[in-house]
Amino acid sequence: MTDGAPGATHGAPGMPGASGHHDWEPSDLELDRRRYRKRASARSVLIAAVSTLVFTAVVWVALVNSPGWDAVKESFFNLEIGRDSFPDVLEGLWLNIRALFFAVIGVAVLGTLLAVMRSLRGPVWFPLRAIATIYTDMFRGMPVLIVLYLVGFGIPALDIFPRLPAAVWGTIAITLCYSAYVAEVLRAGMEAVHPSQRVAARSLGLSHGETLRLVVIPQGLRKVVPPLMNDFVSMQKDVGLISILGAVDAIRAAQIDVAATYNFTPYVVAALLFIALSLPFIRLTDYVSKRMAQREQMGGTV
Amino acid sequence: MSDSSSSSPASPASSASPERSTVLALEGVRKSFGDNLVLRGVDLEIASHEVVVVIGASGSGKSTLMRTINLIEQIDDGRIVLGGDDITDPRVDVDATRARIGVVFQHFNLFPHMKVIDNVTLAARRVHGMPAADARARGEEMLERIGLGEKVDDYPDRLSGGQQQRVAIVRAILTDPELLLLDEITSALDPMLVGEVLDLVRSLGDSGSTILMATHEMSFARDVADRVVFMHQGRILEQGTPEEIFGSPREEATREFLARVMHR
Repeated sequence: MTDGAPGATHGAPGMPGASGHHDWEPSDLELDRRRYRKRASARSVLIAAVSTLVFTAVVWVALVNSPGWDAVKESFFNLEIGRDSFPDVLEGLWLNIRALFFAVIGVAVLGTLLAVMRSLRGPVWFPLRAIATIYTDMFRGMPVLIVLYLVGFGIPALDIFPRLPAAVWGTIAITLCYSAYVAEVLRAGMEAVHPSQRVAARSLGLSHGETLRLVVIPQGLRKVVPPLMNDFVSMQKDVGLISILGAVDAIRAAQIDVAATYNFTPYVVAALLFIALSLPFIRLTDYVSKRMAQREQMGGTV
Repeated sequence: MSDSSSSSPASPASSASPERSTVLALEGVRKSFGDNLVLRGVDLEIASHEVVVVIGASGSGKSTLMRTINLIEQIDDGRIVLGGDDITDPRVDVDATRARIGVVFQHFNLFPHMKVIDNVTLAARRVHGMPAADARARGEEMLERIGLGEKVDDYPDRLSGGQQQRVAIVRAILTDPELLLLDEITSALDPMLVGEVLDLVRSLGDSGSTILMATHEMSFARDVADRVVFMHQGRILEQGTPEEIFGSPREEATREFLARVMHR
């Protein structure tokens, strides 16, 4: 803590649990409390470990001893078939990753646009506000699968667009759906920014647009990072739905192998790959959420 | 600080006279919120380099008055003239007008996602078109001058309330506004921190800023104000030098108000 500035803050609380106090030895009372907490936490860890172990063992035994286990094992966990289908599924996953990439960009743009449209004020903007409202209502209400069919089979049938791969239409459909969700999340974030922030920005002479862009959106975005990341995690798996339009992605590739082998193991392979794809980001989301929660309740342990 | 170079796109005519010109004139300003009459015809003139302090009970209309001048609230009748321009004319450029006025709020309202320096230079960069490097240099210099040189690259939540409010003042004055509005800027502060903020306001007044300030700090009003305005039930009941208002108030309501606030 640099105490150089005149009128610097006094008694700024040290980091909780920070050690490195030089002129102070903990009292016996405190040492006793620490020993107690240490014992208590060791006991918790032990209990957690034992119960996890027991639970896993019970499930495993129940599974292996079930009457159909051998058949299930053969048709879902066939190592050889899994190994053979792995390259196909992986290649399909590459299509999913590309679809995800473009969908994320599309959702960021369209979602922000919708959120801003919905938060416009004044009677002049009624049409835009209405469009955005109807859009978000519609696409949040409609099952993703139906949007995929409508976009993937309906729009090409209009014969006004050049022939495009199914994956492109699938990506567009996913983008349309997720934009509606993301727009609502973003709008919630923007509304959570205190009105006094707008007043301060407008008082400096910033226009409505500049106020949104420089003050409201950056702060609103920060407030909704965890739910946005969560939507991204959902998208990572939902890009697999483009397979129903015939795009040869991970799921479709697995399906082809399933049809060729009469064995479901390729689906399991695809599932594992999707999990592997999303796991890093899921962990990151947890980490970020936890850190933000900690920042907000600084100084409390409840 | 009658500024003619950078920041008055809406006033081509009226920044010539060097001596005491009228910076702000309110003529019969009225404002109500529903049935609640908040301003019942307010007339007020502020000359350049003048420090005018508005006192009065909560609900007397002080804050609303400030907000109408800054065009945050639209008035129901009357006129507000800033540097010769009728800023209540609906054809006036609201953003350009606000850029001519510096405002400091009770709750600081710093932008928490921006560093201190970016808070302070935002308007200079975005509204007044000052090159970023110049704005930064200027911001650093002013922060340095008030003892916050070390906080330039900190975020506001690392600062004490008094420090935040001083940063907010620098944000308001960085572009040399024609008028500075200070709306109860010490009311949200720990008593220990009020002094440092008032000292800064005092030095601004000494250096010639034109200031309109609403406050509950009576001793400060007595020391620093050129003129004290007492507001009561949406009107200016009386005004005069600090000696006149605090020494020999004419109106009964003024005496009552002063008796109540001075005894705390």
